[in-house]
Amino acid sequence: MEEFIEVRNVYFRYDIGEGTDASDNSYALRGINLKINKGEFVAVVGHNGSGKSTLAKHFNSIFIPTTGDVFVSGMNTKDDDHLFDIRKTVGLVLQNPDNQIVAGIVEEDVAFGCENLGVPPDEIRTRVDNALKAVDMYEYRKHSPDKLSGGQKQRVAIAGIIAMEPECIVLDEPTAMLDPQGRDEVISTVLRLNKERGITIILITHYMEEAVLADRVVIVDSGTLLLDGTPREVFAQNELLKRHRLDVPQATELNHRLRGCGFDLPDCVLDEEECAEALKKILKK
Amino acid sequence: MGRDITLGQFMPGHSVIHRLDARSKILLLISYIVFIFIAGNYMSLLLITMASLLVVLSTRISFKMYLKSMRVILFVVLFTGILNIFYGSGEVLWEWWIIKITQGGINNAIFVTVRIATLVMISSVLTFTTSPSDLTDAIERLLKPLTVFHIKVHEIAMMMTIALRFIPVLLEETDKIMNAQKARGADMESGNVFKRVKALIPVLIPLFVSSFRRANDLAMAMECRCYNGGKGRTRMRILRFSGVDLFALIFSLVIFSGVILCNIYFSPLTR
Repeated sequence: MEEFIEVRNVYFRYDIGEGTDASDNSYALRGINLKINKGEFVAVVGHNGSGKSTLAKHFNSIFIPTTGDVFVSGMNTKDDDHLFDIRKTVGLVLQNPDNQIVAGIVEEDVAFGCENLGVPPDEIRTRVDNALKAVDMYEYRKHSPDKLSGGQKQRVAIAGIIAMEPECIVLDEPTAMLDPQGRDEVISTVLRLNKERGITIILITHYMEEAVLADRVVIVDSGTLLLDGTPREVFAQNELLKRHRLDVPQATELNHRLRGCGFDLPDCVLDEEECAEALKKILKK
Repeated sequence: MGRDITLGQFMPGHSVIHRLDARSKILLLISYIVFIFIAGNYMSLLLITMASLLVVLSTRISFKMYLKSMRVILFVVLFTGILNIFYGSGEVLWEWWIIKITQGGINNAIFVTVRIATLVMISSVLTFTTSPSDLTDAIERLLKPLTVFHIKVHEIAMMMTIALRFIPVLLEETDKIMNAQKARGADMESGNVFKRVKALIPVLIPLFVSSFRRANDLAMAMECRCYNGGKGRTRMRILRFSGVDLFALIFSLVIFSGVILCNIYFSPLTR
């Protein structure tokens, strides 16, 4: 697989003004190294204040590393000449769906990014229609965003990014403010975009159930990378995760505890189905 | 609260007026307003009012909506109307102590009332039949010549778009904060005007704070979508003049010349 995004020894400190103590604690990111390949679905997990959202904003040069570098397709995010190329390549969807919709009509909001890029009107039309179909919101194209549910608004926001035809979409806790149904809508849309269109997805989340769906899980804790691997590898490290006050999916936890009681169960299960399957085996004995 | 604001509410439809280019609607509205005030006697006032009514009916929006938007300014209309009765010259119709009602006063009252009512009605036509985005788009294009004087027309239009987009969001938020304060025992419904205004301060402060947070988020979202001011920007929808616009222009020109002719051939009003 082709290397796409590279985060090289990144330290980041929020600008806290002069005279404040610049001790080690003030860094939100402390030496992050990460490589992401084209077409991957990566989940970045961590609890509040772990630096995961800060990291997300480094991928399209909203934030510039204090030290270290971030490369997107070989372009350094520090380089102002490539600013718009980078933002065109890596789209960012934010947490609050209300605050990222600019226009008063769905299709015009989706067009906003293309209009900024100076795409000709006819092409904007086709791109907007395609983007709205991709997130299953085409029939709402003439609606006003405030009549939509949270999940629908978030899908409109995703469409606004897709219309710019990015190679990668970073989603910064897109489901944190949604109800379970809205969460399902958004996650299944994201999965589909990854599988059908081959768009690289970086999903920032604190729901372990969402992380399980990714190809790769990266755990961030107090500004450093704690674990990096497939969901199975990562969630097998139950003890380590516990020590850092991180959850594992319920099914994984159940499996782990039963295993601790001496039952003959696999190392790690990821979802309810696998868990049920494993339990069925020992119950039949 | 705020659920029944009709002034400035877009109602989608397919009437002739809906199909007009937003730019022609704005320009024609301005000229209608000018001619409502140019009309100097009953004949010309009748003509321009009838024409406005015709425009209102051809939007195929229920007349009730127009009445609703007029209800907001009903008090102002009645107040100025009644006040005008007592001013004016000409034949004295009725007199008591220092109060004098003259023919000119009654003329004034009728004129002011009809003028304001027509004005509100015809203005509602613009906001009822034009989507907010069309409206800001049209304003941006009409003001384009002002860029010569270094006026940032694009920025103004963008501000309008964002303001319109966030009105319902902020109304909802106000509702929420008010309920939250009420749940903490805040009393907003009793007391005199000053007490009530004072009771609003704990609503306005959180609203302000959260607006700034929203603005910060929105700015970031716009940056993510490569917003760079108006430079090199294209638009998905292009405004185009069509046959309907030509028809509207001819119709309006006929009415306007009618108003001028009526002003000339019929005697001016005593005031």
